[in-house]
Amino acid sequence: MTVRIVVDRDKCQGYGQCVFEADDLFGLDESDTCVAAAEVGEDRRADAERAADVCPMQAITVE
Amino acid sequence: MGVVVAGAGLGGLRAAESLRAAGYSGEITVVGEEPHHPYNRPPLSKQALSGPIDPAGLEFRRKAGVDDVQWRLGSPVAGADLAGRTVTLADGTVLPFDGLVVATGLRPRRLPIPGPAGGRSPLRTVEDAEHIRQRLAPGSHLVVLGAGFIGCEVAATARALGADALLVAVDEEPLIRPLGREVGAAMRRRHEEHGVEFALGRTVTAFEGVDSAEAAVLDDGRIVPADVIVEAVGTQPNVEWLAGNGLDLTDGVLVDSGMQVQGTDAPVVAVGDIARYPLALAGPGPLRIEHWNMPTETGRRAGRTLAALLLGEAPDRGPFTAMPSFWSDQYDISLQSFGLPGLATSVEVVEGDVDSDCIVEYRDDDGLIGVLGINRTPDLVPYRKRLAERASQAEGA
Ligand SMILES: Cc1cc2nc3c(=O)[nH]c(=O)nc-3n(C[C@H](O)[C@H](O)[C@H](O)COP(=O)(O)OP(=O)(O)OC[C@H]3O[C@@H](n4cnc5c(N)ncnc54)[C@H](O)[C@@H]3O)c2cc1C
Ligand code: SF4
Repeated sequence: MTVRIVVDRDKCQGYGQCVFEADDLFGLDESDTCVAAAEVGEDRRADAERAADVCPMQAITVE
Repeated sequence: MGVVVAGAGLGGLRAAESLRAAGYSGEITVVGEEPHHPYNRPPLSKQALSGPIDPAGLEFRRKAGVDDVQWRLGSPVAGADLAGRTVTLADGTVLPFDGLVVATGLRPRRLPIPGPAGGRSPLRTVEDAEHIRQRLAPGSHLVVLGAGFIGCEVAATARALGADALLVAVDEEPLIRPLGREVGAAMRRRHEEHGVEFALGRTVTAFEGVDSAEAAVLDDGRIVPADVIVEAVGTQPNVEWLAGNGLDLTDGVLVDSGMQVQGTDAPVVAVGDIARYPLALAGPGPLRIEHWNMPTETGRRAGRTLAALLLGEAPDRGPFTAMPSFWSDQYDISLQSFGLPGLATSVEVVEGDVDSDCIVEYRDDDGLIGVLGINRTPDLVPYRKRLAERASQAEGA
């Protein structure tokens, strides 16, 4: 099983909260917009969900 | 029976999700005063004011685990009998519970200023925001009472929409209480560059107008045009419904590090803005923190505690090591803080210049207690780490 992480880059405001939560799954690009690892193992689901929870714009979906 | 969650905000939602994640499979009923599912408040003083406000678009995504939760929205809780394990709704319905989550948050403090009520509004709900937005137009005159985060953000948003903005506050500088004098003064200068006016050390003594306010009278006698008035002068915890149960309600609801409400034997937890808890970073004295990330942190912990209590297990009473985090957008400035800058006894700009991009350290007797970045969010990583270390070294952590 893999976990899919999707960032809605139109919603993202570059607050970086996701990066503080899991800096190996999320980062900010040169325009300060979030980029995420597309697919990660099931063992990282909790980390990905934590990051989705703390996104002020609710821009991250974990499937 | 089952769990009743009083308050359908972010804290209530996260507590319900956490109960499920911790293995509680009984009934969960969330009772909320507002008619909406839990929604995101921070945009209400920022992006959301620039167009018609769509409550559905602000709703939080809800995790699959809470699909079976019952929502009783538009239905405030009026009272609770913790020993008898019931809550009573305003419509008279009595809901028995096995476990209770207190998540009723805060309401804005209102000032008893004489004059017409029209045009005046606090800013907490989507309805408040819509009321303000409809009156904010190019050339309209906004008067904000209070120069905290919400006041400053509304003033910045109003300027972007072409309205005039005057901030009236008893404080010497905006944001002085959370961020200190030096940063407050720097933020004032930035607002002034964007055309915001300040009346600091002042209050409004009356509003003038027929049905709706048209002007504000300041305590120095000045009369200023005012067709939109936002009252952002602090908050009051929504604790009244808990009265009569012997709880400590002096400032919110006192809980332990596991978010269990103190002073009752019933399985009751509190979360979010209303909860007053011991935070490892701050030492043993309990405190209340009105930051957006804390409903999620306290909700997670409270859900686990309540699930354990209801499943007959021992809850985790270890220290609460969550890291308070706050952001604010004003013009092109993004402020980000970690920790508790408001508790500092000394403040130092350690990188950059306070009038441009910078990092500010906030210290107390034991070292770093908070950090603020102005347009330097990505560079805060090492500071946040130092704060986390301090929290983890706290007694028992
Ligand atoms: C305009 C605005 C901007 C903000 N911006 C930021 C920001 O930029 N950064 C940041 O970190 N934080 C910000 N915050 C703070 C953040 O939104 C709050 O910390 C957060 O909403 C608290 O969540 P909560 O669930 O504890 O309380 P709330 O969101 O207040 O939820 C409590 C709910 O309980 C309901 N309720 C009250 N009494 C009863 C009752 N008797 N019965 C049933 N229901 C009841 C209320 O109607 C409400 O829906 C902002 C807040 C506002 C208002
Ligand atoms: S937390 Fe949300 S808004 Fe912030 S950078 Fe990540 S995705 Fe973007």
